[in-house]
Amino acid sequence: MAEYAVELRNVWKRFPGPGGEVVTAVKNVSLQIYDGEFFALLGPSGCGKTTSLRMIAGFELPSEGEIFIHGRPMGKTPPYQRPVNTVFQSYALFPHMTIGENVAFGLQMKGVDKKEIERRVAEALAMVRLSGYEKRKPKQLSGGQQQRVALARALVNRPEVLLLDEPLGALDLKLRKEMQLELKRLQREVGITFIFVTHDQEEALTMSDRIAVMEGGVALQVGTANEIYEHPNCRFVADFIGETNFLDGKVAEIDTDKARIDLPGGISLWAHTPQRVSVGQAVTVTVRPEKMHIRPNATDVNQVTGYVTDIVYIGTDTHYGVVLNGGQTIRVREQNYSAESRLLAREGEEVCVRFSIEAARVLTE
Amino acid sequence: MIQQIRENRRLQGLLLILPAMFVMVTLLVIPLTLTVITSFGQRDADGNVIYTFTLENYWRLLGFTEQGWDDLYLRILLRSLWLAVQTTVIVILMAYPLAYFIARSPEKRRNFLLFLVLVPLWTNFVIRIYAWVMILRSQGVLNSTLGAIAGLLNVPFQPLDLYPSQTAVLIGMVYEFLPFMILPIYTSLEKIEPSLYEAAADLYANAFRTFWRVTVPLSMPGIVAGTILTFIPVIGTFVVSDILGGRQVILVGNLVQRQFLDARNPPFGAAASIILLVMTLVMTLYYTRRFGLREEIAAG
Repeated sequence: MAEYAVELRNVWKRFPGPGGEVVTAVKNVSLQIYDGEFFALLGPSGCGKTTSLRMIAGFELPSEGEIFIHGRPMGKTPPYQRPVNTVFQSYALFPHMTIGENVAFGLQMKGVDKKEIERRVAEALAMVRLSGYEKRKPKQLSGGQQQRVALARALVNRPEVLLLDEPLGALDLKLRKEMQLELKRLQREVGITFIFVTHDQEEALTMSDRIAVMEGGVALQVGTANEIYEHPNCRFVADFIGETNFLDGKVAEIDTDKARIDLPGGISLWAHTPQRVSVGQAVTVTVRPEKMHIRPNATDVNQVTGYVTDIVYIGTDTHYGVVLNGGQTIRVREQNYSAESRLLAREGEEVCVRFSIEAARVLTE
Repeated sequence: MIQQIRENRRLQGLLLILPAMFVMVTLLVIPLTLTVITSFGQRDADGNVIYTFTLENYWRLLGFTEQGWDDLYLRILLRSLWLAVQTTVIVILMAYPLAYFIARSPEKRRNFLLFLVLVPLWTNFVIRIYAWVMILRSQGVLNSTLGAIAGLLNVPFQPLDLYPSQTAVLIGMVYEFLPFMILPIYTSLEKIEPSLYEAAADLYANAFRTFWRVTVPLSMPGIVAGTILTFIPVIGTFVVSDILGGRQVILVGNLVQRQFLDARNPPFGAAASIILLVMTLVMTLYYTRRFGLREEIAAG
């Protein structure tokens, strides 16, 4: 029964807006999050990811639909009776309590025995490498340390699910990278399901077992980092995760899971079609820049010609901007295997850009 | 000269505190020194001060008179203290829920509610206290209203004998100092991050426990500030007790006032005011130490 740690079933959330209108923050979202999984809710601000997390925590109640935690429907259960704990974006450490008191708070509220509290607080602080900080106040700690206290304060209660609301948002880049690995290590150590909200696609790709990409209150696609990057199911997901090229055209010919797409300027190319398309339909083809090549390669079926508009050398790669005959612009990323690699083309030169059928995906929405 | 000021930070500091310093010295330090000197003096038959050094005034206030033990003044001191404590406690109990309500109201409504709290302060304080005479006296608004209700319900009604009395003084004090408690408590409540309430709920604390473990400790600076703003003026008051106590309720403030104006015994009045000052200082210091005003304010 309880194979999912958390399940959202057709969940909607509507808020009264500032002008009296109804704002729908979450639209018919259904998610299944497995036990022990590191799951990310990824999307731009206002996409409904934080609202979804807050509904799991119980700070907001769904307008429609139901949330299950290990198979138990949550209904109107208040936050303090839910078997989950939250790490807040602002950490929300109690400023009037010491670090030890902060971490002990949840256990005290649960009525855990004093000796046991002491033991578990010490253990939790050791886990986040803050032993010996018990007597300090939150203000005396750095941002990264406060972040770890917030983690310890949540994990010490051994929740069934840990909810993290952009927990690394306030840290600088270097510390964020460190904490990403630290979080991943902690999650493996404690084996608790982590649900993680972020707007940073790189962070989501680095840390998560699976990702739900959200936009406008809708969960557009759920899958592993690889699935979402390689097989985006819509234009938004392809664009949001990593860099990509879009080429607009019309379906000219269909061959099982492939189709020939005609672009303006007399260009035509073959692309993989995961969804059903019909001849004459207007579609978008997406091709990742690193899957396009200026370097000759016999296996690549698709060949489009254009003029190099700009060249950016960034060390590991060289990026070429190419304007195609039909006026559409693409970016090509060539890896620099050797010191001369960047001499593949010059600005203004006519080039032939090649890519495989598999690299090109037809998107219908 | 100007060049010197520019370069010398110490000089800049001195210049900046000069105006305030001048006011403090002329209006506080000098009069206070004179009061201390006077309190050790005596008066002659015409009510003039003779500057000597005697502790007689203080002994008399503490109950040791030439005629033996007399706790008249000690009782006045204790009455003032008790009234100040009562007023402060009642004001905290009344102000806290209101301040909490305002702090949790939608942001747009808060300013309007605070404005309502402050409206009474536009009227002169003596006039407002006199208004309470109209309300509390035997044929006043309160008794006639209660009488009318009793008449409608057909129950016997004994008019309340509230004015003049110590209860009336207490009511007047509570009324007068309520805004001075609401504002600082509101300020400290409003500063509490809403995520802290959520964090407490997330850590299994229900509303009641969140209130005692998070809300109250974090609003302590407001309670301490409000208590100081209430306790100190109340313990030294003489106007409210004069008007609503009808000269029956004598507080230290009344004692000091009468010694200077009616009894023409400035040394004794000075001694009484010094005792009041010391009492207030000791209590305030103890209170702020006990509840850690400085630390809480620093912790923000």
